[in-house]
Amino acid sequence: MSPDYGALLHALLPEACLVVGALVVLALDLSAWARRPAETRFQFAVGAGVLALIVALGLALMVGAPGSVYENVLAVDRLGFGGRIGVILLSLLSLGMATGAPRARHAAEFVAVVLLATVGFTLMATAQQLLLAFLAIELASLSLYVLAGFDKDRPESAEAALKYFLFGGMSAAFLLFGFSIIYGLTGSIEFEEIAFALTLQGMTPLMAMALVMVLVAFGFKAAAAPFHFWAPDVYQGAPAPSAALVASASKLAGIILFARLLWPGLGAVAGNAAMIPATAGWGPVLTTLAGASLVLGNLVALAQSDVRRLLAYSAIAHAGALLLGVIAMDVSGPGPLYYYAATYGIATVGAFGVVGVLQRAGVGPRIADLASLGRRSPLRAACLAVYVLSLAGIPPLAGFFGKFAVFAAAFSLSGLSGPVGWMTLFAILLSAVALYYYLILLKQAYVNRGNESDAPIPVSPATAVALIAAAALLLILGLLPDLVYGLVAG
Amino acid sequence: MSLLPWTIYLSFAGALACTFGGARSAQVARWIALGTTGITWLITLVAAVGFEPAPAMVTLVDVPWIASIGAHYRLAVDGISLALLVLTGLAATTGVLFSWNISDRAGGYFGLYLTLIGGVYGVFLSTDAFLFFVFYEIAIVPKYFLIARWGSTNREYGAMKLVLYSFAGSALVLAGLLWAHATAGGTSFGLDELAFAAARFSRLEQLGMFALLFTGFAVLAGMFPFHTWAPTGHVAAPTAASMLLAGVVMKLGAYGCLRVAMALFPTGLEFWQPTIAWLAVIGIVYAGLVALVQDDFKFVIGYSSVSHMGFVLLGLAAANERALSGAVLQMFSHGVIAGLLFAVVGRLVYDRTHTRRLADLRAMPLHRLMPWAAGVFVIAGLASMGMPGFSGFPAELAILVGAWQVSPVWALAAASGVLVAAAFTLRAMQVCFFGKAGIDEVSDAPVHPYEPITLPEKVGTVLLVAATLLIGLHPDLLFDWILPSLQSPLMQGTLIGGAP
Amino acid sequence: MPLLTLIVFLPWIGAAFVALLPGRQARGVSLAFSLGTLLLGALLVARGWQDGAAGPEFATVIESRSWIEALGVRYTLGADALSAMLVILTGILSPICLLAAWEVEKGGRGFRALFLLLQGSALGVFLAQDFFLWFVFWELSLVPAFFLIRIWGGAGGARAAYQFFVYTMGGSAFLLFGFAAVYAAMGTADFQSIPADLLAQRLDGLVSGRLSAVPWATLAFLGILLGFAVKAPLFPFHTWMPVTYAEAPAPVSMFLTAIMSKMGVYGFLRILVPLFPAEVQAAAPVLTGLALAGVLAGAFAALVQKDLRRMLAYSSLNHVGYCLLALFVGFLPGQNAYVGTPGILLQMFNHGLSAAALFYLVGILEARSGGRRGLKDFGGLRSVAPVFAGITGVAMFSSLGLPGLNGFVGEFLIFVSVFRGAPWVAAAATLALLATAIFLLTFYQRVFHGPKGDVAQAGFADLSRREILTLAPLVALMLLLGLWPQALLQLINLWILPVP
Repeated sequence: MSPDYGALLHALLPEACLVVGALVVLALDLSAWARRPAETRFQFAVGAGVLALIVALGLALMVGAPGSVYENVLAVDRLGFGGRIGVILLSLLSLGMATGAPRARHAAEFVAVVLLATVGFTLMATAQQLLLAFLAIELASLSLYVLAGFDKDRPESAEAALKYFLFGGMSAAFLLFGFSIIYGLTGSIEFEEIAFALTLQGMTPLMAMALVMVLVAFGFKAAAAPFHFWAPDVYQGAPAPSAALVASASKLAGIILFARLLWPGLGAVAGNAAMIPATAGWGPVLTTLAGASLVLGNLVALAQSDVRRLLAYSAIAHAGALLLGVIAMDVSGPGPLYYYAATYGIATVGAFGVVGVLQRAGVGPRIADLASLGRRSPLRAACLAVYVLSLAGIPPLAGFFGKFAVFAAAFSLSGLSGPVGWMTLFAILLSAVALYYYLILLKQAYVNRGNESDAPIPVSPATAVALIAAAALLLILGLLPDLVYGLVAG
Repeated sequence: MSLLPWTIYLSFAGALACTFGGARSAQVARWIALGTTGITWLITLVAAVGFEPAPAMVTLVDVPWIASIGAHYRLAVDGISLALLVLTGLAATTGVLFSWNISDRAGGYFGLYLTLIGGVYGVFLSTDAFLFFVFYEIAIVPKYFLIARWGSTNREYGAMKLVLYSFAGSALVLAGLLWAHATAGGTSFGLDELAFAAARFSRLEQLGMFALLFTGFAVLAGMFPFHTWAPTGHVAAPTAASMLLAGVVMKLGAYGCLRVAMALFPTGLEFWQPTIAWLAVIGIVYAGLVALVQDDFKFVIGYSSVSHMGFVLLGLAAANERALSGAVLQMFSHGVIAGLLFAVVGRLVYDRTHTRRLADLRAMPLHRLMPWAAGVFVIAGLASMGMPGFSGFPAELAILVGAWQVSPVWALAAASGVLVAAAFTLRAMQVCFFGKAGIDEVSDAPVHPYEPITLPEKVGTVLLVAATLLIGLHPDLLFDWILPSLQSPLMQGTLIGGAP
Repeated sequence: MPLLTLIVFLPWIGAAFVALLPGRQARGVSLAFSLGTLLLGALLVARGWQDGAAGPEFATVIESRSWIEALGVRYTLGADALSAMLVILTGILSPICLLAAWEVEKGGRGFRALFLLLQGSALGVFLAQDFFLWFVFWELSLVPAFFLIRIWGGAGGARAAYQFFVYTMGGSAFLLFGFAAVYAAMGTADFQSIPADLLAQRLDGLVSGRLSAVPWATLAFLGILLGFAVKAPLFPFHTWMPVTYAEAPAPVSMFLTAIMSKMGVYGFLRILVPLFPAEVQAAAPVLTGLALAGVLAGAFAALVQKDLRRMLAYSSLNHVGYCLLALFVGFLPGQNAYVGTPGILLQMFNHGLSAAALFYLVGILEARSGGRRGLKDFGGLRSVAPVFAGITGVAMFSSLGLPGLNGFVGEFLIFVSVFRGAPWVAAAATLALLATAIFLLTFYQRVFHGPKGDVAQAGFADLSRREILTLAPLVALMLLLGLWPQALLQLINLWILPVP
């Protein structure tokens, strides 16, 4: 079978559109808009970026899910389709939020890098071959390093970028090493063939080493404990839109990539953590990581006084739940996992959007600075409440159903008769702890009265649209979760 | 009958209307809230008038909702839920009347209030476990803001404690539901279907699932030793919120125990029955004794709520027709009486004297200064201590009789709780309202140094008093609904307590 | 015409009138409504006689309609000779108490309304035939009594009222437990229709499993016993009594001792003994001992009292003790149950008359002397207030059981029956007679004879015309029943004894 370039081009239309969009933005900024004031250039750049993303979204919808293309390099199956839609939407929201955040100094570059990062995400969501997977991860990661350090005025931003880069580079190295071992063992870089080879070979010490490497990288990407150290600093230091992207689209893409790699690819060595006695494989390891993330994320979050760090630790806790979803994907399909990751992304983007707006208005990063937000900016406070309650998993918001679906999937493995079940029960109980720190945020916004003299905080229409869109999505998807399921399940 | 689902929709619509329409004018918000709650109450009453008791649930709405997990949007009603719906309507309406003085961001207040009410209506109407749980959680969060924002003593602590306890309880419920759902094959959340599937679960699974579900719900019902959220929460809450908390929200827990945990897993109930009963009995007596030594008036009432909910739990645990019908009746009765007590303490007394310390109140001859409040409290106190003629008595009697049929020891211990209840209620009544009263101070002409009792307050108290008297003198009104409902296919399994 | 219903509710209707009418008319209206009982009681007796004319029996008048079907509760009032006698007694004494309270000015309207409530509740207790209904009245009687003592009582009124309420409520809690048992076993609450042997059988079979060895029937019996023992009171459950009688306002003390203590004795006769004859028989030695202890303790405690009211209170313990003694002796091995019935019933009636009169007289002493009621506070009153002294003498000798006055026949009959059953008990009880004679005579001597105390010197007005009017019926009855006890005995003998 010869490679079908036509099909490949067709399947990659959204990516192409994004790349072209990035180039156009750069070009226009250098030429046509060069003399405009910074604010206008910013608006134009963001507008163009949004346009490119919307077109890409349309193309992705148009392309649909033709299945594997280009000799199984890309899997534009339902999950890939859903993943592309998801990351593009999340990037779109992040960019929308960027209109409210402190203005980036080189707006066009910022937008272009966001678009390139999105290309990386979409490729991650569809890759089913080790090489492309690695390339996609690197494309996304490099873009994110840049984005994290984009705010050159703040030293924290640079620190965040450096930290992110160092950890990211390290994990990339691990990943590459792991990939090479897998290739060496199975003689293939395609997931399907790897899976086939592994069913014959079974677990070997070398394979175990490869798994460790891959899981380290996965842990990094998902910000799961104990590979989470970068997360708080990056979430805190990076410009709000960048952090939003790191926390949402990047996570969704990473989860899809690794889920695809682990289940169809390395499913033969998953082991079994759902029953006692467990069998060795990546399943028990992932269960352990999930437990560690849940505990660490939820408990450390209790002690945070900075909004962004709080979100970071909450992200770590959510990573734990996501890992449970990965483990359960074999039985329940990708629906719960995807739903969880996507809606979590929306809520996080929204939260960072609010943080960005506040940062622009000079409202500090501490939780206490949110005081009387309900009065100073009812819209933002209400949106924040929706995001935060969704993160906490309160119905009818999407976060609730995400939690519900993932835990239901985890329980469907074997009920409470194995470690996965116990961990799920544990996760459910910890959600009560999580509610505490989420409510602390809302308490500041709604209960504490703050200074009566605090002026109202203005919000631009574009940002308002993005904020409301995110909140509305959370509500609608929460009430009608089958919409999301429909994306990834035929 | 088919109007009942509108109680949910109207409440949520009212919540939105209050939040947006009431943002500028407290008066508008009040009237919207009163209108909404009043209409929903009317709907429940109309439904009650046309209600034909039958041993089945009457399905009101049933549409597929989330295909991937088999959840349906399914609302149904039977006698048990109808009784609690009427209670919700009553408590909600009177709660608004007792919130008439809220002027600080009244729109937000009533918005949250109506959201809570909508959730409560939803819980009482759902027969799909998923839907049930959604409404159950919707009812939790507004409580936090109602208390933390508009509450009094130690409000942020009380609010947080209350919400975290509730949420932890609901986490257990969630775990139990998911486990049951997964074990049943993950195709449906309908209570009937789950109950059918549950019969085939292994014994260990049934016991475990029941324990998770029942404990989770019982947290909200104030079961000892998970009751500590209740007094602090009640104390911190604004009047109407404590009325709703004690009056309706605690019932959500008890209702969940009955409708979900017990209905799905009779085997689990059988195994855990003694444990639950003993916890209930300890709750009755212990909370009563604690109430006896409180210095804060609201704490007295708060603990009394725990004590009374102990009767509900005991009735549930005894699990025969008489005890269960008594438990449901007690839910209704306590809803009304606790509402009344909190109304008197929070709105009539505290808002005027600005103290709830018994030691301070002792110095004021309140029965002279506030004859209305004193009179209402006397009635409510009598009702609360299980005085015959008020609704608490037939309920507690039915529970005791039912408990006797299972284990007389429980009945004996619970009966001693009646005595404790009399003691602490009387003590509070004595100290607060008749503190310095001697014959010389009794006068026919009332004196009013405090702001007079307003019309909404009078209407509210009259409604509640009338309700407790009506049910006290004619409990068959509710028994006639409840008893057939216990024979429905779903609830029948819960009747394990046996009858002579 | 629902005669019995009317009897019970007429005073309550009166209470409503009194509460609504202007204060000045309260006295007359309350008196009129209170007197209504006597009138209706006479009608009742007449009807019973008339209906029973065919035979030598007093036909039981029954009014029954369904009430709470879910609990098997009916609204059943019934009157046989025993009830009719007590209705008459209440009808005689209540107006007298109200007359005695003529001078209550402060809050007089409330006082009279509460009193009428109390009267109605007591009548309800004497007439109700269904446990539920009976318990309603039993408990409700506490409430007005509580407030009457609490608000119009003396310096220690608050404490006394609390103690009174909590003690009685404590008894009621156990009563409730016992009744829950009866209920659980029989499924009905009509205590006239429960055969004792079946009840014992069912109670013993009620509990299965590990706890079945516990004698539940006995526990249920003990619960009910405790309830009545507190009310009557039976030694050693009498400790609430002296302080309550001492602190209550005089008219209320009159009612408490004359009517309310009879409620306890009535409970023994009507409920405990018919339902649990076997248990009563088994416990008869102990119960007899307790009754004897009450007789002796009452008399000797009275002997050492310095406070006149407390003295009378202990004397009441003594007199009620005779009733119980005669009742329990009948159940001693080999005895004929109910042998003492005529004596018991006579004594109930007579004690009502004499104790009420004495409490009133002491009340007058108190009122005239600025609240003094010590044994040594007076002296030489006979010369300044001869009428007062004369009437006190009559009441005192009536209480002593002097032949020719009403007390004699009852006590004589009691002693005869006790002597037949247990000579030694009778012998011991005569000691009490002696002690009674001593303390009453001491009382008379200290107060009326001897050198004039400062009270007499300060000018002690003799009885006013109203006071004489108040006392006249009592004195007349004392004389009448002393000379012609058949008048009452004829009625009493028509009481159909419960099947032993």
